[in-house]
Amino acid sequence: MDTELLLRVYPFFLEAAWVTILLSLYTTLLGLFCGSLGAACRLSRLRFLRTLGVAYVSFFRGTPAIIQLFLLYFGGPQVGIQLDAFEAGVIGLGVNIGAYMTETIRGAIISVDKGQAEAARTLGMSRIQSFRKVVLPQALRLMIRPLGVNINALIKGTALVATISVVELTYTAQRFIGSTYRPFEMFLLAGVLYMIIIYLTGRGIAWLDRRARIV
Amino acid sequence: MGLDFSVVPPYLDIILIGALWTVALTVGAGLLSFFGGIFFALIALYTPAILRLPFRAFEWLFMGTPLLLQLFLIYFGLVQMGVDLPAFVAGLIGLGLHFAVYNSEIIQASILAVDKGQMEAARTLGFSRAQALRKVVVPQAVREVVPPIGNNMIALLKDSALVSVIGVGELTLSAQLAIGRTYRPFEFYLVAAILYYIVNLGMEAVLRRLERRIRLAR
Repeated sequence: MDTELLLRVYPFFLEAAWVTILLSLYTTLLGLFCGSLGAACRLSRLRFLRTLGVAYVSFFRGTPAIIQLFLLYFGGPQVGIQLDAFEAGVIGLGVNIGAYMTETIRGAIISVDKGQAEAARTLGMSRIQSFRKVVLPQALRLMIRPLGVNINALIKGTALVATISVVELTYTAQRFIGSTYRPFEMFLLAGVLYMIIIYLTGRGIAWLDRRARIV
Repeated sequence: MGLDFSVVPPYLDIILIGALWTVALTVGAGLLSFFGGIFFALIALYTPAILRLPFRAFEWLFMGTPLLLQLFLIYFGLVQMGVDLPAFVAGLIGLGLHFAVYNSEIIQASILAVDKGQMEAARTLGFSRAQALRKVVVPQAVREVVPPIGNNMIALLKDSALVSVIGVGELTLSAQLAIGRTYRPFEFYLVAAILYYIVNLGMEAVLRRLERRIRLAR
């Protein structure tokens, strides 16, 4: 292992790690937004919205994320969507992970005991009130862990944007592999940074989960 | 520029051949990851610490880093060591190893969930430990893992698109080839997406049948 080389290149990797963190953060936010919207559609009373929700989940989970990303970034200009690589990365990955989060959020909501909503309705709450004040708070607790699994996958998934030249960790590793011919060292450097990001995120989610649990 | 799908038919043969390569890659890497997963699970559960601990580190590294990064490592790493593998084989190894690690986690849990009495009974009947594992415990464990490993196989199909970056001529790369000649990314990526979707549906149908057969056999 060439430590001198590692010392020389690590500042570039730190900068790239920051890009990966920002990408992950924005993607998570967009994913949660799309996931909530998707889950609302799938649980809607309107058949049209339910079909829309199913189509969304089925397309984005049924095709590779990289194809979706290329479709948006390279194909977008043909249909009037001009995005820079970072924006395309966030939107492409966010909408993709949103489909997975849709199922997570929906799963949490429907696993809240039916009796809870019924009891709330019996007490005179409206449908919306019973959802907002009784079902949702319980569902939120249930969804923290599985959403954590989605976010873990998402952080690793951000590597995909290396293929559209966003200078994040994987792109940086690839570039330095090309210029130094040291694949193992570069892999290890990027790998350790990924694992730190994933580890800290995991801790954060475990903390949230603990806080949210009742007693 | 607008959309014009009439550019697609002349390239449909290239793209369909690419789709066949994607299926071959998925099946090949799927088998590799399944048997590799069993092998890794046995290492993790039944070997002395000197073997187990380095393996754990390897497992940890492979689960904590992106597949794309691993593919770069395997492809360029092998080249650096002077091993000149065809891209297809490098892709097969990369995908197979990555998913073997994930499958191993599932298989470990499933082996541990097989009733202890099974191993004890086999040993009483005079089986060696290895025999008992091979003939009694592992077959029972494997039956339980079909649904979760099936999910991994579907993920593998989609992730197989990544090996296009190391030059494996599967569906994604075939689409890119056609795009290089026509400058029509939207049309060809959409066609590729539809083909992936169809293969995906086919795989899900096969897996459902497999699950049903195993349920019936029980």
